[in-house]
Amino acid sequence: MNKAEYKDVYVYAEQREGKIQSVALELLGKARVLADALGEKVVALFPGYKNKEAANELIAWGADKVIVMDAPELENYLTEQYSQAMSQAIDKYKPSIVLLGATTIGRDLGPRLASRLATGLTADCTSLDISEQRELLMTRPAFGGNLMATIMCTDHRPQMSTVRPGVMQKGVKDTNRKGEIEVLDIKFDSSKFKVKLVEKVKENKGKVDITEAKILVSGGRGVGNKEGFAKLQALADVIGAQVSSSRAMVDAGVMPHEVQVGQTGKTVRPALYLACGISGAIQHLAGMEESDFIIAINKDKFAPIFGVADVGIVGDAHKIVPLLTEKLSKLVTKK
Amino acid sequence: MNIVVCVKQVPDTTVVKIDPVKNTLIRDGVPSIMNPDDKGGLELALQLKDKCGATVTVITMGPPQADLVLREAFAMGADRAILLTDRAFAGADTLATSNALAGALKVIPYDLVITGRQAIDGDTAQVGPEMAEHLALPQVSYVVGCEYKGGNNFRVKKETEDGYEILDVEGPAVFTVLASGFDARYMSVGGIVDAFEKEVEIWPASKLDIDPNKLGLKGSPTKVMRAFTKATKAAGQVYEVDAEQAVDVILEKMKEKFII
Repeated sequence: MNKAEYKDVYVYAEQREGKIQSVALELLGKARVLADALGEKVVALFPGYKNKEAANELIAWGADKVIVMDAPELENYLTEQYSQAMSQAIDKYKPSIVLLGATTIGRDLGPRLASRLATGLTADCTSLDISEQRELLMTRPAFGGNLMATIMCTDHRPQMSTVRPGVMQKGVKDTNRKGEIEVLDIKFDSSKFKVKLVEKVKENKGKVDITEAKILVSGGRGVGNKEGFAKLQALADVIGAQVSSSRAMVDAGVMPHEVQVGQTGKTVRPALYLACGISGAIQHLAGMEESDFIIAINKDKFAPIFGVADVGIVGDAHKIVPLLTEKLSKLVTKK
Repeated sequence: MNIVVCVKQVPDTTVVKIDPVKNTLIRDGVPSIMNPDDKGGLELALQLKDKCGATVTVITMGPPQADLVLREAFAMGADRAILLTDRAFAGADTLATSNALAGALKVIPYDLVITGRQAIDGDTAQVGPEMAEHLALPQVSYVVGCEYKGGNNFRVKKETEDGYEILDVEGPAVFTVLASGFDARYMSVGGIVDAFEKEVEIWPASKLDIDPNKLGLKGSPTKVMRAFTKATKAAGQVYEVDAEQAVDVILEKMKEKFII
């Protein structure tokens, strides 16, 4: 393989029902940084149906070029249809790097594509950098978040990686940015389409998206039960925050899985993360330690959460939270 | 119907701890278990066997001790077990692992291949889809429900971020399943007795239908350059004060950060 033939940083621009997913914009933000370090371009691969118009949005978020694949076969995500589109694009344009969101779609498409292209793929990266030799350094947690590993793919191209939503930061949207839009026609081999979508059902669990929250009031074992979480909710209501949870309270059935922060839940980076009664198991820390500011309240002064908190309060969340709610509501009404 | 289930023996990562002084993983005394999603996959295979009759073959790649998860699979109700063990497999990343498993599948009969979505020691969710591609089989990942519709046909339920999808699949196919969809049965007493009488087939690399250059470290495009425990950021200030003062501290910090 002649590595020199491969260049530019490509992002899989994931859309669902025509809506570009937040993680795609986060990847464009990171791709911009990587491409600038390499002196190369950011290119978005954008498969979908009747999606040409939306390509401009990808340019506004940092793409220099968008390759639009517009076909009825691509209306809904199906592994084979999308793999054919993406592999034809990659074979044609020869990217050096391909980034995908670690969503249920990205984690289905990424390995299928990597295998088809006979290249490496690193899952769920939390940090991406360029080495002095201009190789991609992909860092990810392993052993349930107990260990970090930096992985490289030096002899194969493209270098591929998935990144979890909420981990990378978006760039600044600029609707005046100029970019190129290219339409790529895909030649589908429909004899390989063995999976048919019968029905797509949305459950109302998607209502709360803790990864989008500016402030999270998060509870753990120390909050204990539904009554405890009601106190957190009261505080959250006053400051326009959302309530999230540690795994322990989800496993106990107190809180639903979609508000779980951590290795097996969601990665969040709010402006403020207020951890109440959370001891801070390493799996939990993996999901929240990138928050801008962390305040932790815990009875145990040796709790590991204090190791990542900017402000630690040794005390009982059951007492402090209602008091804080009271004072804050006075402050808010004064304004 | 012939169903093949690919399983992995993993350290129970929920009990892995960090040595606070040396800042390294403490691996001693960490029990090995059958990966939970794979166990869910075995459960699905056994449910299909109960309902419509099937021969369930379990395959794992690993060191000789991985024999134990295959014995567990026998005790749950599997009919045949194959252990892929060879120095040639060592150092395999997900692509090389998927090549080894695909190489084994090419020499045994199957109508359906099932594996877990991901293993708890790697969390990559890559081996199933990569293997499906080598075998040119359709795949459905994140499976939480599956119904056999006769012939080569299956109807599966796939979990997504905001709900689920119902998909019709023309087999043979690869399904990667979530443990949450299939409550694994316990080993039966008779099964446990059988488990140690049945033969686990030991297969070296030479038995597989695969180019040896695609196995192990040689066949791995990704390489781990460095492993490290996470640098914890400098701890902030910890206050041991009463509730009133604590609230004042929090309010002051929130103002400082323009949160209120």
